[in-house]
Amino acid sequence: MEFFSDLVEYLEINYSTVLEALRDHLYIGLVPVVIAFVLSLPLGFLVVRYGWLRVPLLTLSSVLYTIPSLALILVIPGILSTNILDPNNVVIALTIYGLALLVRTTADGLSSIDPLIVQAATAMGYKPVRRWFAVDLPLALPVVLSGLRVATVASVSMASIAALVGIGGLGQLFTRGFQLGFYPPPIVIGLVLSVALAVVADLVIVLVQRAVTPWTRLRQGA
Amino acid sequence: MIEFDDVVKTFPDGTTAVDHLDLTIPDGAITVLVGPSGCGKTTSLRMINRMIDPTSGQIRIDGKPVGDSDPADLRRGIGYVIQAAGLFPHRTVVDNVATVPILAGTPKKKARAQARELLDRVGLRPELADRYPAQLSGGQQQRVGVARALAADPPVMLMDEPFSAVDPVVRDDLQQEFLRLQGELGKTIVMVTHDIDEAIKLGDHVAVFAEGGKLAQFAPPDQLLADPTGDFVSGFVGRDRGYRGLSFTTAEHLPVEPADTVVEGLRLALDSDGRALGWDGDGQSRLPTEGTFTATDTMRRVTDLAILSPAGAAVRVDGSGRVDGLVRHAVVAEHLRTRQLERLRSHGRSTTGAEG
Repeated sequence: MEFFSDLVEYLEINYSTVLEALRDHLYIGLVPVVIAFVLSLPLGFLVVRYGWLRVPLLTLSSVLYTIPSLALILVIPGILSTNILDPNNVVIALTIYGLALLVRTTADGLSSIDPLIVQAATAMGYKPVRRWFAVDLPLALPVVLSGLRVATVASVSMASIAALVGIGGLGQLFTRGFQLGFYPPPIVIGLVLSVALAVVADLVIVLVQRAVTPWTRLRQGA
Repeated sequence: MIEFDDVVKTFPDGTTAVDHLDLTIPDGAITVLVGPSGCGKTTSLRMINRMIDPTSGQIRIDGKPVGDSDPADLRRGIGYVIQAAGLFPHRTVVDNVATVPILAGTPKKKARAQARELLDRVGLRPELADRYPAQLSGGQQQRVGVARALAADPPVMLMDEPFSAVDPVVRDDLQQEFLRLQGELGKTIVMVTHDIDEAIKLGDHVAVFAEGGKLAQFAPPDQLLADPTGDFVSGFVGRDRGYRGLSFTTAEHLPVEPADTVVEGLRLALDSDGRALGWDGDGQSRLPTEGTFTATDTMRRVTDLAILSPAGAAVRVDGSGRVDGLVRHAVVAEHLRTRQLERLRSHGRSTTGAEG
């Protein structure tokens, strides 16, 4: 098979480039999800706590999500006066997308909690902050983490766009393939690594989910 | 002692949930707040641990206004049992029970050890301790709910419809067990229910609320049945209240006739140990006694036996089961009539329904 020998040969020659692209992709794809996740918790709390914030905040996140990613990445340096080649432009753009997804799921997760349980917690003598971390948040986690899975996979796949504005990541392997007259090896390598990265990230979240929400997998038993 | 002193609660939408409530809830007893929905019973309960603050008036526990305490600290000192248990689904049974002690600063290990002891006390098998609430039956969950409320050994316990989410057979078990536990613990318990039968069964005192948040009557259950104040309470207490009230008196003061008395032509046949065999007479076949009672049984049982007896007489036995007397239903009826007359006279009530 000529294709596989091409693939191996390409890897041997461009070993360090591929690794670097993978490392950049990890940074560009995953850092935004982490930031978005952390930010979505207080925002989700606000949406649930102050009902009037729900419509404006969730509408805003839907609107942000509809902005084409390439446009957003190109506009950010203008707004924040960052260098046009700064990878953080992509990180910020993907954080906005991640946030747009996660604020909604965090709010949904927090409002899905049985109010009777929250009431019981209050009646036990929980103060509000401790109660939120000890009762509300854990009970919202199944929904919140499902949202995180979607946001992570979306972010990792969207990170390829960075290559179009000259920033690293696995997307660079695609553009390289096109530049070489649709030469398959870098395209295939980029595609496989990008998908593998999304799958592994998803798997990690599933494992974390299993570990931190054991009560969701129970059936009533004797 | 929990005192409601002219307590009013008006909600922002203008509805009055509790209307000038004055009520003193005694220590070491079960006080049941009962009434139709929207009568303010749950609001009243929740004002005790400041889940709701009154619009005006004051609530005091042992003389101390609850408004003076930090709500969280106040609540840690008051057990709370909620409808359908309200357990934390993400925590194991033992961690649910250990919640309040851990909040109050007890080391986790110690709190868990105490929680395991409590589970035994409410009749749960130790292997259930490490399960999650979803793995338990409704009745077991409710027991965990009670254990959780008891964990910090609070002197006061509030229970909001604690037995309403379980089926009738389990409910009966839980109620019996609850009364047994209260017999050991002697907590000051305030319970809310919409079920008058539950109120009468469990309460040492029953507060009947009418729509609009007014207290209609506050009395021990036997008095509530024998002497309801006004149409609302008698309507709410329901049918058969005379008969149901018989559960609250024992047969100890009931006069008996000798066991060999011939009643309506029938004579009680005894075996060599003095146990009842049945009623003989007219050379016909022997008729059943339908059971016996002891002096500690309720008047309800005696009345039931007298009605069922072919001789119209209930058979009393001593502790070892030997027959020591007969009671005809005419005697039961006369005994009850005298008792009711005394009760109404002692409360000084007339037919206008004004309370004396």
